[in-house]
Amino acid sequence: MVELIVFALMAAASLAGGVTVIRARNPVYSAMGLLATLFSMAVLYVLQLAHFVAAVQVIVYAGAVMTLFLFVIMLIGVDKDENTAETIPHQRRLAMAIGLIAIGLGTALVARGRFSWVPLVDTPASAAETNGTVQALAEPMFTDWVLAFEATALLLTVAAAGAIALASTRKPIISRVPSSPAVSPSRRAERGVGGSGQEGRGGHPVLPPAAGDTRAGS
Amino acid sequence: MDGVDILIVVGRVLAVFVLLLVTTIFNVWLERKTIADMQNRVGPDRAGPFGLLQTVADGLKLFFKEQINPSKVEYGMFVLAPFLAVIPALLLFMVVPFGRPFTIGGREVLLQGADLNVGVLFILAMSSLAVYAVVLAGWSSGSKYPLLGAVRATAQAISYEAAIGLSIVSVVMFSSTRAGGTLSLAGIVESQAGTYLGFLPRWNLFPQVVAFVIFFLAIIAETNRAPFDLVEAEQELVGGFHTEYSGMRFAMYQLAEYMNIFSMSAICATLFLGGWNGPTFDGQIPAWVSAVLPTVWLLIKTYAVIFAFFWIRATMPRLRYDQLMQIGWKRLIPAALVWLILSTVAISVRQFGLPWSA
Amino acid sequence: MSLVVTPGWYMTLAALLFAIGALGILIRRNALVMFMCIELMLNAVNLTFVAAGRALGNLDGQMAVFFVLVVAAAEVVVGLAIIVAIFRRRESASVDELSEMAG
Repeated sequence: MVELIVFALMAAASLAGGVTVIRARNPVYSAMGLLATLFSMAVLYVLQLAHFVAAVQVIVYAGAVMTLFLFVIMLIGVDKDENTAETIPHQRRLAMAIGLIAIGLGTALVARGRFSWVPLVDTPASAAETNGTVQALAEPMFTDWVLAFEATALLLTVAAAGAIALASTRKPIISRVPSSPAVSPSRRAERGVGGSGQEGRGGHPVLPPAAGDTRAGS
Repeated sequence: MDGVDILIVVGRVLAVFVLLLVTTIFNVWLERKTIADMQNRVGPDRAGPFGLLQTVADGLKLFFKEQINPSKVEYGMFVLAPFLAVIPALLLFMVVPFGRPFTIGGREVLLQGADLNVGVLFILAMSSLAVYAVVLAGWSSGSKYPLLGAVRATAQAISYEAAIGLSIVSVVMFSSTRAGGTLSLAGIVESQAGTYLGFLPRWNLFPQVVAFVIFFLAIIAETNRAPFDLVEAEQELVGGFHTEYSGMRFAMYQLAEYMNIFSMSAICATLFLGGWNGPTFDGQIPAWVSAVLPTVWLLIKTYAVIFAFFWIRATMPRLRYDQLMQIGWKRLIPAALVWLILSTVAISVRQFGLPWSA
Repeated sequence: MSLVVTPGWYMTLAALLFAIGALGILIRRNALVMFMCIELMLNAVNLTFVAAGRALGNLDGQMAVFFVLVVAAAEVVVGLAIIVAIFRRRESASVDELSEMAG
């Protein structure tokens, strides 16, 4: 009973978060929607006794990845209107149609109760088997899956090095501050003259592209 | 799960909540009195006996102040951010065991909000979430100083989170040699029971001194306390990320900061100083005193760490931002990694023997 | 509809989230929002893994989720670095303007 209530709440929250991600005009609201979805996912993992995965999901995804997203959103600026030209004719209408068909299929599954295709083998033995505590996960991690473990460790190191290489440049900081952001005449008149060069479109301050690194060579 | 169990759970949660709020009120007064004493002045002594109600007076003042909403703020995020600060601060203390488990009527009652078997990871998760309040507050305020303060604060928080995590790994690995591998804080506390040679307690502090030092420095930086408090420094950034906040919202940020200080000190005491372990003189004093004594021991140890926080604030000048980041990345994280490797080598040599001998 | 929450429920939720994420990629043109929709799809797949692991009665689902998490984190790091590097050159986060090879 408790599981049903929690599942219903978290499913609603994650779906609401997902819809916010695709519908919000402002990317920061999309990021908040994704955060809601990630939290709901973590609670759903706990419901399925995957405790370690839930904790790692919050630490890595909600704590680190989403912070990185928010940083980049603040860096890039949020108010440029999206280009609504479509590369494939009727792209948006087709996409909405396919999406609604997919969502309709899912709803039909729910309504007809067909998702009992996958039964729950709910014996105490199976609950103990799948209890995802750290101790239970550690043993396969370092015996059966150790190669994948080492490979992902190497992958993380390479990704970090690659990100640093991509994001760093050699020019001094001052010359990279944009002098006059591309602002439409109506917006410029509305803001008046003389906003500092640091304001992006729509008045939200954006960081110069090199914000975050302190001094060259420090 | 019958009614009594549910009542016990609700009681534990309420106990955590009340303990956190009461100690926060007390801590604000204690900090002002301690720093005043170190600076040879008196501190607050008007509101209530010895000024004890000063925090209550401050809280009431902030409660009645107007909550200003500047015109350029992103209103949804602006209102949400203080809550994102307070909620992880409240949840952080839930996994700390604040007393010895006792048995009433056949049920064992844990004096802990929730005994998760991934308790240590929960701590890391909650301190990761505290970052969001800062970054959202700074961005949604719509002006330069909060944005700069927020970016700096976020970078500081995520740098020192790595140091916290690495130092905790060393401690957890060591404590797993004593009592089986466990990430639950109750298990870590229980593995620190007993003494060496009859008088030296078996705290994790003694074998893992370097991890303690790294953890202590990192939690000072993580809670944005002096000398790592550039992000809320009045002289440099007006107010940092909480410049545009006033009234109850500002009070929530201060509340969250002091709750974080208490919770992190309690976690330091639990991981390194033995938690609620301490002599309880069973049989020589009344039973109810023996039952309360572990909680008293934990509070003593926690307040020792908190006193160190206040002392450092009163004594040391503020670090410049690049010095702060340099300490985090170039000193603490390599030190934590080296200590982790040394701990691992020591533990495996003790467990498996030297590599070249059978 | 029986009221026991079986793994099928979780898989259905995951399918819905995956559909929402795929829809988002097709509709939105902002590179960051498209990236977030990819993360949404990855999370839906993670939920499917955990549910399937529970249904089959072993821990392989959760192990797979662990590795998917790590790889997704690495992917986000590199992808955002690429987006930042592109933005420095073009001052635009819209993927349609990236379709030209020049510049």
